[in-house]
Amino acid sequence: MSEVEMMTPGEVFKAEVLEKYPPKLAKKRGRQIVVNEAAGGEVPEILANSRTAPGILTMRGCSYAGCKGVVLGPTRDVLQITHGPIGCGFYSWLTRRNQTKPHTAEAVNFMPYAMSTDLQEDEIIFGGEKKLKAAIDEAIALFHPKAIGIFSTCPVGLIGDDVHAVAREMEAKYPDVNIFGFSCEGYKGVSQSAGHHVANNKVFTDVVGLDDTPKQGKFRFNILGEYNIGGDAFEIERIVGKCGMTLHSTFSGNSTYEEFISAHTVDLNTVMCHRSINYLAEMMEKKYGIPWFKINFIGADSTAKSLRKIAEFFGDGELTKRTEEAIAEEMEKVEAVRKEIYERCKGKKAMLFVGGSRAHHYQDLLGEIGIETIAAGYEFAHRDDYEGRKVLPSIVVDADSRNIEELTVTADEKRYQPRISEAEKAKREKEGFAFSDYDGMMKQMKDKTLVIDDLNHYETEKLIEMYKPDLVCAGIKEKYVVQKQGVPMKQLHSYDYQGPYAGFEGAINFYKEIDRIVNSNAFRLAKAPWADSPELSASYGYTG
Amino acid sequence: MLLRHTPETLVERSALTVNPAKTCQPVGAMYAALGIHKCMPHSHGSQGCCAYHRSALTRHYKDPIMATTSSFTEGASVFGGQANILEAFANIFNLYDPDIVAVHTTCLSETIGDDLPQIINKAITENKIPPGKTVIAASTPSFKGSHITGYSNMVSAMIKYFARNTGKKNGCVNLIPTFIEPSDMAEIKHIAESMGAKYIMFPDTSDVVNGPMDGKFRMYPKGGATKEEIASSGDSILTIGLGRTGTLEPAKLLDTHCKVPAEIIDLPIGITATDEFVDLIRKTAGVSVPEEILLERGQLVDVLCDMNQYTYGKKASLVGDPDILVGLVRLCREAGMEILHVVSGTKAGPKFERKIKELAGEKTIVKTGAQADMFYFHQLVKNDKPDLILGNTYCKYIARDMDIPLVRTGFPIYDRVGHSYFPIVGYRGGLRLLEKILDALMDRIDRDASEEKVELVM
Ligand code: SF4
Ligand code: SF4
Repeated sequence: MSEVEMMTPGEVFKAEVLEKYPPKLAKKRGRQIVVNEAAGGEVPEILANSRTAPGILTMRGCSYAGCKGVVLGPTRDVLQITHGPIGCGFYSWLTRRNQTKPHTAEAVNFMPYAMSTDLQEDEIIFGGEKKLKAAIDEAIALFHPKAIGIFSTCPVGLIGDDVHAVAREMEAKYPDVNIFGFSCEGYKGVSQSAGHHVANNKVFTDVVGLDDTPKQGKFRFNILGEYNIGGDAFEIERIVGKCGMTLHSTFSGNSTYEEFISAHTVDLNTVMCHRSINYLAEMMEKKYGIPWFKINFIGADSTAKSLRKIAEFFGDGELTKRTEEAIAEEMEKVEAVRKEIYERCKGKKAMLFVGGSRAHHYQDLLGEIGIETIAAGYEFAHRDDYEGRKVLPSIVVDADSRNIEELTVTADEKRYQPRISEAEKAKREKEGFAFSDYDGMMKQMKDKTLVIDDLNHYETEKLIEMYKPDLVCAGIKEKYVVQKQGVPMKQLHSYDYQGPYAGFEGAINFYKEIDRIVNSNAFRLAKAPWADSPELSASYGYTG
Repeated sequence: MLLRHTPETLVERSALTVNPAKTCQPVGAMYAALGIHKCMPHSHGSQGCCAYHRSALTRHYKDPIMATTSSFTEGASVFGGQANILEAFANIFNLYDPDIVAVHTTCLSETIGDDLPQIINKAITENKIPPGKTVIAASTPSFKGSHITGYSNMVSAMIKYFARNTGKKNGCVNLIPTFIEPSDMAEIKHIAESMGAKYIMFPDTSDVVNGPMDGKFRMYPKGGATKEEIASSGDSILTIGLGRTGTLEPAKLLDTHCKVPAEIIDLPIGITATDEFVDLIRKTAGVSVPEEILLERGQLVDVLCDMNQYTYGKKASLVGDPDILVGLVRLCREAGMEILHVVSGTKAGPKFERKIKELAGEKTIVKTGAQADMFYFHQLVKNDKPDLILGNTYCKYIARDMDIPLVRTGFPIYDRVGHSYFPIVGYRGGLRLLEKILDALMDRIDRDASEEKVELVM
């Protein structure tokens, strides 16, 4: 048997792809394309969070997008000013569809507004701080916000505008307005991920902890890393409420400033998108003593599991009972739909290449209707998102990450209060309850499946050619590249403007949507009936 | 009320732009570059800009938009992007095999001061660009101008790098369209073709960003102006620039560069603007207007007259790109409509303002440039409510809050399809636009009519 024949399809793919690259790039990509093997719970090492090669058609964006677009974007009452030329602000204007629901028709909602200093050449030459100050004056006069976030773009960093100094100066001028700046210039780091970090740091130092008034309600907790795409957070809040718990704040979907400043009053932080926000969970634990653990509300089973874990944390008999009742009631509805759709979808194959956690979470949901994920990867993850947090100490910090501030956090003198004693925590951990942990995506994926970091266009095309998947999930830039090939593609960044997909209702929505996609007649029409048949030689015209 | 914080009272602003009625240069440059056959647009800067521009164009066209980036990180931002772009060239030619790479700058590389022509020369002398392949470059900083400027700059680059005057006239007329839809580009070709004129059109995005779905992905679809065609444009008898803001500079350049005289006319939206285009082709190419075109013209006039009662005296407010705005105002006026407001974030100068006032009357409020944004537009509309808004997708918030019908025109249109396939230029495009306007106005009548007033025939 030749060597090629003994290789798994994943290995064949990898070999073929790498052959096309110049040696240096091939070496690097070789470490970013991994055939999964979870032998004895140990997964192979993957290279992640490293630079994208110039000229490669990449899926990635920039840190500004991660900071302004992802983390801060969904907060409706923080007025957000992009400091820079017009484009950056324009593109992050409503395109991430962070839904938000103010409580009244008059309540503050700045989300439909895109604000920018629209820097012109003079300001690039002589500095833009003066214009930024004037813009803040105008914004306050027009909108009277409680808080203003200033977001730096690439040129602003280069000309040396100090957005933090401007923020301080303007705050002194307007003591009632909390003004803070983000150094989230697009060239920082290697992807959106840098921006998440920058955003978390600032939210932690300048926002969280300003107000000690807790929300009314029992069993209060936060969800970090849930951005309310397609109304996911609405559905999660509904379920949580049904169980008798109180969702204090969502960072940052359907969120408000008030919820942020008092977020430290809860007893528990749960983390949905590990990548974008683990920083905040860590820092809040150190400063306030709030424990955290990873949850996942994507997929009905995962939702049930997460609810149970939260209830278990609070350890209240009545809560556990209500939670079980709610799960049972919801699951009945879910099961009815799932069974039917399972029959039509089982055995199909999917590929998922999305920003952060979604490439992991959605595998559960697809699995519920019998769809197997044969390849997956992240746009901007770090090794811990793939291999689990246990590799954190062994992650090498490179130059691109080093320029993002790492905060030193200590316990707050007044507010630090461990929600659970060390002894109790240790006891629970011994019983198998995981705090501050994340196993990563690879451990859950089957052996021999492909795990690819920072997938590019060339590899996408190859993957589709080789594997002919029934479904690909990625973002807008990839969508039509995939669909032109007659393969349906579901956007998991924006949900193709549908949703919610979180929670139980979300699971039902998703099953139905995937059923529509993989069984749609429309895609079968891509090829004309004559496309594959050879030229006909006979003529059927009248000859006589 | 989605835009609940927009007050009626107008206050002068000097620093804050709210809800811009323009976007940045590279997106226009990228779009123009897609109008060259077998060309890979390349963005020189950090990858975020490129990601944003590709996403914006993809959402608008619902088709693959391929473009590469120099992927700057902090190092490149400090030391310059030369190493990045050289590495990029190697990867692009190796992996994607384009004939042409069209580089545009971003704010970042402009601020650093990367000298692209010099870098490209270096790449050529050091054999970093494969034989037979070409790299062209346009400077597109977004702290000057808008997406229209970027479009225009990239078209100028095409001329600078390709157009040659060989001394032998080719008998062609050059058609340079402003930033318009692929469907509009196809319609302009249709008119020139049916008139039997010899022409060269560039850029030409038709069949590139409105490609078919047939089970195959093509990095370089069959459309686009070829390098040879653009080269030959230096030997043409005349250049017709369609839409002043987007084409004046390139047309002028072709004149200085290759001595091809230029005429800049309005984008042919509506009857009279299309007439002017047809007439100019007729005279230049020495052809007569064929039956086909007369038929199309007649049909548009027919509907315009038949339905005049529904458009006459109706008030419209417009926001968008200057060249399209001029055309839209012309068609609306032909339909007897009144124009209340015309707003564009793209600075279009006093000529534009004079033109709009000539067409629409002195009372029309016209504003372009930095603070001419949609926030201001909304305030105007609050003060004097029109019957119809013409503008891009972002207008839907205003339209909804104020309960005013909206006809989507311009860029971007993220929430409807059709613009890539059906034109608004030419007589046929005029007919479609008129249909859309009538649909919007007549739906309104139907919806608002009391039960006894609902008419079956209208
Ligand atoms: S930095 Fe990039 S996205 Fe922002 S305005 Fe400049 S070119 Fe456009
Ligand atoms: S879940 Fe995905 S889309 Fe969301 S922030 Fe995390 S990475 Fe981004």
